[in-house]
Order: sequence, then structure tokens, then C-alpha cells
Amino acid sequence: MKIVVTSVFVDDQEKAVQFYTTVLGFTKKHDVPLGQNMRWLTVVSPADPNGVELLLEPANHPAVAPFRDALIGDGIPWTSFGVDDIHAEHARLSGLGVRFTQPPTQMGPVMTAVFDDTCGNLIQIATQPM
Amino acid sequence: MSDIFEALTAPARRAILDELQERDGQTLFELCARLTMKHGLDLTRQAISQHLGVLEEVGLITTERQGRYKFHYIDATPLRSIVDRWPTARSRGTKK
Repeated sequence: MKIVVTSVFVDDQEKAVQFYTTVLGFTKKHDVPLGQNMRWLTVVSPADPNGVELLLEPANHPAVAPFRDALIGDGIPWTSFGVDDIHAEHARLSGLGVRFTQPPTQMGPVMTAVFDDTCGNLIQIATQPM
Repeated sequence: MSDIFEALTAPARRAILDELQERDGQTLFELCARLTMKHGLDLTRQAISQHLGVLEEVGLITTERQGRYKFHYIDATPLRSIVDRWPTARSRGTKK
């Protein structure tokens, strides 16, 4: 068994694919209409195009909003992505207007930062020690 | 509990103030990560939340909601009452 897809709930799939590709730099992998204005929409890292796909999943279930609001209120990220140079990413994304709730901070062996993906989630980026 | 002396007895609460002193305006998530990773404190998020409640009650921290997130800020003003009560300038050999 392999992990092929993981997902993040998004308020608006079109807005999300724009943010995840043009701002974060992922590339679109699958975009399949599912009816009811919903799409099976995944992105991958250009550094690993055959790697795990991130599904941008509609957040239309009524339980999603209160759940996500509670996480965001406490600053808790939904998931975490790996970056080589967290300071460079922080500077690049800040320059593009991305809001960080936590700048790069050394947390034991890893350095982490947390930003708002504008689609209803906080996302952590982390640099692993070499 | 409603005085700063009680509020400062817990090492976790002093660690929270240390971390806010280093970087003011943190989410609960960031504070939890710092207490765990930097101070080795094995506390639940609920426990840290309660510590924050105590500090807020005595005015040593304030919280502010910005958009969808809540940030915590240190406010050392109440500590002045300690210095006012026992002025630091008063010690043996330092007459004033």
C-alpha cells in the first residue's frame, strides 16, 4: 500500500489551484470534472511529478467550516510541506503577499513557518536538518 | 487566582513569557511548539491554554484576534507593582 493522494479542503477550487500553482509553485496533475461544479483536482511538486498528489478538495460539507475555524483560531496548520531553504521561501512568499502567522522559527531539529493559503487553511513549511 | 505572584509560580508560565519576550504576538500553536521543542515541557494544548488564561487574568498577556487567528502578546506592565512595592534601588550600601 502506498500513499498516493493526500488532501486539503479548499473554499474555492479555482482560487485554490491558482494559489497552489502560481504562488506556491506546484503543478497541476489531474483535473477531472465530477459534476455539481466539483473537480478531482490535484497538484504535485515539480521536483517530484510522480510523487504524492495533493487533492484540492471542496470544503462544502457543513462540518468542515467549524472544524477549520477552530484549527485556524489556534494557529494550527492543516499539513506541512518540505522546503530546502525556509528563509528564502518565507521571503519569496511574503513578497507575493502571503500572510505568515509564524515566521521561520527553530523548533528543536527542524525550522518551521506557518502561512495562510487563502483557501481556508494554515500550512506549515519545514526544513529538515541535513 | 488573581495576583501576579501566583501567576509567576509555574515554570510553564514563565517560559510562556520568555517566549513572548523573544517574539511577541504568537498563536497557541506556536507557543505549544516552542514550549515542547525548546523547553522540553510535556504539556497538552489544553494545559497551555489554561496557563495562558491565568496570565491573561492578571494582565501579563493580552490576546488579539486578527482576522481568523488569535495572537498572544506579553504585557509586563503589572510587574511594575513589584518594583513599586520593593524599589530595586534599595539595597545595602545603595542609600537613596
